[in-house]
Amino acid sequence: MSSELLREYLPILLFIGIATFVALASVGISFVLAKQKPDSAKVSAYECGFEAFGDARARFDVRFYLVAILFIIFDLEVAFLFPWAMALGDIGAAGYWSMVLFLGVLGVGFVYEWKKGALEWE
Amino acid sequence: MLASLIFYLFATVLVASAVMVVTARNPVHAVLFLILCFFNASGLFVLMGAEFLAFILMIVYVGAVAVLFLFVVMLLNIDFKSMRQGLRRQLPLGLGVGALLLVELAVMALHWSSDSQAFSALSTVEMVNQATNVDSTRALGRLLYTDYFYPFQVAGLILLVAMIGAIVLTLRDRKRVKRQNAAEQMDRRPEDVVEIRKVKSGEGAL
Repeated sequence: MSSELLREYLPILLFIGIATFVALASVGISFVLAKQKPDSAKVSAYECGFEAFGDARARFDVRFYLVAILFIIFDLEVAFLFPWAMALGDIGAAGYWSMVLFLGVLGVGFVYEWKKGALEWE
Repeated sequence: MLASLIFYLFATVLVASAVMVVTARNPVHAVLFLILCFFNASGLFVLMGAEFLAFILMIVYVGAVAVLFLFVVMLLNIDFKSMRQGLRRQLPLGLGVGALLLVELAVMALHWSSDSQAFSALSTVEMVNQATNVDSTRALGRLLYTDYFYPFQVAGLILLVAMIGAIVLTLRDRKRVKRQNAAEQMDRRPEDVVEIRKVKSGEGAL
């Protein structure tokens, strides 16, 4: 691959390296240097003096999932807009109306969602 | 040289975290390893010059799909100890499905040639990329909305189906809940709803 492109990503690579190093160092050094004498009182959950009430993994309402699904769909719609916006000068009217049709189809879904009240949270 | 070194670094972490996804006992840890997988795959995409795919992988998969996976883990409330009990009984089924997937992958790898459709689409992007010396996002944009018009519109329809399916499956109408209706609130006039009565002294309701 072209090396100019990769050179532009060198700062990101360095950042990943530094982040990995800092994360490993902060956990690893304390793991190596600190004294570790665990007992049942030390490793049990501390919840402001109470015993833990139950499992941390509580079930929650499926409506959160609906919001996440709707988010992901519009996220993908926006993802399709990026290359379109960059190439709009090259693809002409056909490309423009292609995207308008795409947005129209998803707009139908959006109207349905709105009318159904899926965006409301009571 | 450095690029191939980085490739092996990303690829190793990718495979290792993929192994951790299927072997981790805690499903939340499995999802976190999956996110690590996505990051490394995105690094591989950058190495191939497919910047747009790399960042879409980061935005869509890390930002949204991983969240959905965590939701599923939280929603299902699975008792993993009781799931593990039927392991011996389920083992043939699991191995069968795994073998089927392996065969499918092998068939695809054997038939993967330069004249297959997906490969030609990829190489078209690559050709536009090199011929015009533009970045991959723009090369993709030049092809996707005109040459690949039908797949693009089918993608839109699939998104529509997903949207309507999610709403139909999860939205329950709660009858007893009072919803705020802004228009109705604005339309209320004091003369319609407020009544002033003169109450004589000693006759009012206690």
